[in-house]
Amino acid sequence: MKLNKAKALAAAIAISLALAGCSSGSTSTGATMLDKLGKTEGTLTLLGWPGYAEDGSNDPNVDWVTPFETATGCQVTFKSYGTSDEALSLFKTGEYDAIAASGDATLRLIAGGNVQPLNTALIPSYAGVYSFLKNRDWNTVDGKTYGVPHGYGANLLMYNTSVVKPAPTSWDVVFDGASAYKGKVTAYDSPIYIADAALYLMKHKPELGITDPYSLDTTQLAAAVDLLKAQRANVGEYWSDYLKSIQSFTTGNTVVGTTWQVIKNSMPANSKVEAILPSEGATGWSDSWMVASNAKHVNCAYKWLDYIDSPKANAQATEYFGEAPVTQDACQYASADFCTTYHAGDEAYAAQIYYWTTPISTCLDGRTDVKCTDYAAWTKAWQEIKG
Amino acid sequence: MRISRSARIVLGAIASLIMTLVYTPLAIVLINSFNKSMNMDWPPPGFTLDWWQKAFGSNGLMAALGTSVLVALCASLVALVLGTLLAIALSRYKFFGRQAVGLMVILPIALPGIVTGLALNNAFRTVLGLQLSMATVIIAHATFCIVTVYNNVLARLSRTNRNLEDASADLGAGVFTTFRLVTLPQIGSALIAGGLLAFALSFDEIIVTTFTAGSGVETLPIWIMNNMFRPGKAPVVDVVAVTTVLISVVPLYFAQRLTRDETK
Amino acid sequence: MPRSATAGVTQVTSARRASTYLYQHAKTRLRLLIAAPVVWLGLVYIASLLMLLVTALWTVDEYTGETKVAWNLDNIVSLFTDSLYSVVGLRTIGIALAVTIIDVLLALPVAFFMSKVATPRLRNILAISVLLPLWASYLVKAYAWRSVLSNKGILQWVLEPLGLNSPGYSLLGASLTLGYMWLPYVILPIYAGLEKVPSNLLEASSDLGASTFTTIRRVVLPIVLPSIIAGSIFAFSLTLGDYITINIVGGASQMLGNLIYTNVGTANNLPMASALALIPIAIMFVYLSAVKRTGALDSL
Repeated sequence: MKLNKAKALAAAIAISLALAGCSSGSTSTGATMLDKLGKTEGTLTLLGWPGYAEDGSNDPNVDWVTPFETATGCQVTFKSYGTSDEALSLFKTGEYDAIAASGDATLRLIAGGNVQPLNTALIPSYAGVYSFLKNRDWNTVDGKTYGVPHGYGANLLMYNTSVVKPAPTSWDVVFDGASAYKGKVTAYDSPIYIADAALYLMKHKPELGITDPYSLDTTQLAAAVDLLKAQRANVGEYWSDYLKSIQSFTTGNTVVGTTWQVIKNSMPANSKVEAILPSEGATGWSDSWMVASNAKHVNCAYKWLDYIDSPKANAQATEYFGEAPVTQDACQYASADFCTTYHAGDEAYAAQIYYWTTPISTCLDGRTDVKCTDYAAWTKAWQEIKG
Repeated sequence: MRISRSARIVLGAIASLIMTLVYTPLAIVLINSFNKSMNMDWPPPGFTLDWWQKAFGSNGLMAALGTSVLVALCASLVALVLGTLLAIALSRYKFFGRQAVGLMVILPIALPGIVTGLALNNAFRTVLGLQLSMATVIIAHATFCIVTVYNNVLARLSRTNRNLEDASADLGAGVFTTFRLVTLPQIGSALIAGGLLAFALSFDEIIVTTFTAGSGVETLPIWIMNNMFRPGKAPVVDVVAVTTVLISVVPLYFAQRLTRDETK
Repeated sequence: MPRSATAGVTQVTSARRASTYLYQHAKTRLRLLIAAPVVWLGLVYIASLLMLLVTALWTVDEYTGETKVAWNLDNIVSLFTDSLYSVVGLRTIGIALAVTIIDVLLALPVAFFMSKVATPRLRNILAISVLLPLWASYLVKAYAWRSVLSNKGILQWVLEPLGLNSPGYSLLGASLTLGYMWLPYVILPIYAGLEKVPSNLLEASSDLGASTFTTIRRVVLPIVLPSIIAGSIFAFSLTLGDYITINIVGGASQMLGNLIYTNVGTANNLPMASALALIPIAIMFVYLSAVKRTGALDSL
């Protein structure tokens, strides 16, 4: 009996190993670019942040998907994800035609061959997109564009005006000067936040030679990590969903830290908070809509990319989420002060933004004599920083 | 043991204090469902029925509710069958490997959800190459629900008289008939209690579900998680919580009545 | 009156034949009973677990980020050499212990009251009341605690006149919240266990001259201990793998579950996540084998 059991167990393990060994994560090499649009396929599966493709099921008044479905006949199924990393694992299953990916994920998707280069000639709305969002590090590789923007935003510095005095103008209030607000500082909970530290060092410690906050060699990364470990002692909590951040600032559990414009807008009317773009500039993000390499419904996907960058739809989508639109024409479809609040089209403002880009081992700033740290290294570092 | 009157009073006071503490956060949830502030500010700046309207007008919510009920029902049914079979086997027979089997049943719930979720996700997607779907969630949920049914039925079987089954056989009833007419009625309330607990476990489960649900599958906890991230939608989830609590009173009451009647 | 020749003779249908066979062959009965559940658990769960653990011995390709079947012990070694893992691991065990102790301390009076003091009607109401919170979503309860623990929350409001402060978003805050979440799971088995203590045993103890306290200590507790441990298994295990509550009310801290979760998601490093998953598995196995002797496993 005992022998039989042992044999059975051994067999089970052997089978498990064999099966496990057979597994493979399938990656296809990036497909070729689409030449011309064909007939739409009738369905489309999208992946994006919650609120990126609303079809009225959550709020009957919030719907820009149904007009798309009526116009193109492509029935949309939308799945939302909570973090960029969840987005990646979901997208790799191959079940989705298009994804709205943030810059900390785009290059990983491109490198993994999960998305195809786009023929922007087939996307008429792309012509109206702000020039500073086109052909950037995070959406264009080797001259090929892989994504069109959904919107953009900056990681601003928010502070409680009655507690944080004098009014800050620099990020040092959350780094070198953070101890004054010990336990009440906040920061974005993601390895990509390391870039914020790198940006700070870029301006305050030029001797480190950082020219691009996403291109850090091991020495530069170590310096950023030290800065963040020092900050950790003063952090009350890190935030990843903005409800947490709003609540924290409202109750006074947090008084200073990184924020998004939408958080500032959602604060109660009587709150004493201000959000500024500090002197060093700031990191930011511009999510890109990308098409899967083996998209089953590639024509519908292209139609969607065109639609979401069209002025009316883009205005609806970005105003709902709380980020700047990608084209100036969107402003007329949004509420009166929407574009001013979000500094839409303000090139000088946009020039101070260092958009999220995936750190990779080939230095994005062009250096060839050193290897830069990649996202895996940043993730490990982030875990150590949080401790 | 004669418990002195003062001991009774003290015990009662402590127990009521604890129960009050248990219901305070739920009271906050109830109040927040009427909270005018979309960020659930405390104390509430004002009250509104908006969130209740939005909740019942939301198709996404209704669909998620339906999905959760369906998943929980299927998982509970599977768990009922498997748990009962196992309980009968382990209570009535002695065999080699009994302890190992007993341990195997407990593992899905004794090991943290993230381990179970990760293992199943890895098995489904990477090894078997399956697409995640509602079926994979049901399989996952059933697996950790088996133990609740198993424990309840096992406990009940250990209290029932084997002689009844023997007598039934002596009277000429076959194996299946004996099970149907003698065993089943005896374990009936254990099945209900176990099934209800399994349903509750499955209904509110989020960690394993995150790892095993396909893209189109949105159970209620997943819907809640997504909605807390949506701009200005958070208080709707409070409405959902209050509703599920209120609705659950009915089945809980009946289950309690049935189990009480049995032991009297 | 002549009786029919077939009166009193049961029909020999195929179901009857099967039943007779099964009745006579106990082993077959057993095998049939056990087949489905064991195959299910073995195939669905145990095999998946084994496959996951095997992944811990692999690695991730640097360039493509895909899992590579390259056998090595690096991941497991790093569990011991990298101080991050021991720090977070110990912190997680500490929180799990704290939560378990809090829950047992809170559950005992409630379960005892329900079982031995309350009237049947009150007992029914309490039984339902204990289970109701399970139906309010986990996330909603966690966010409610976020409100309770905040600077302007109820705890602060209660503690301020006493000169104290709310624990805020901290490890203590997380422990309280987690304790709250799992309390029903701890009360249930203890209550069930207390129900099994025969009243005549308690009366006998009294008759022999033992005080209430002594009776509790030397009669009730030993009988109820397995149930207490059974409840503790829930509280401990559920806390060990949690990564959601600590995020919501734990401030800047992280637990083992967060490390595993980030390795799966952010780092896309399944081998490392599997290696990390070995820690809670090992801990629970140690815990389960330690309590097996007390019979707690039968009281789950």
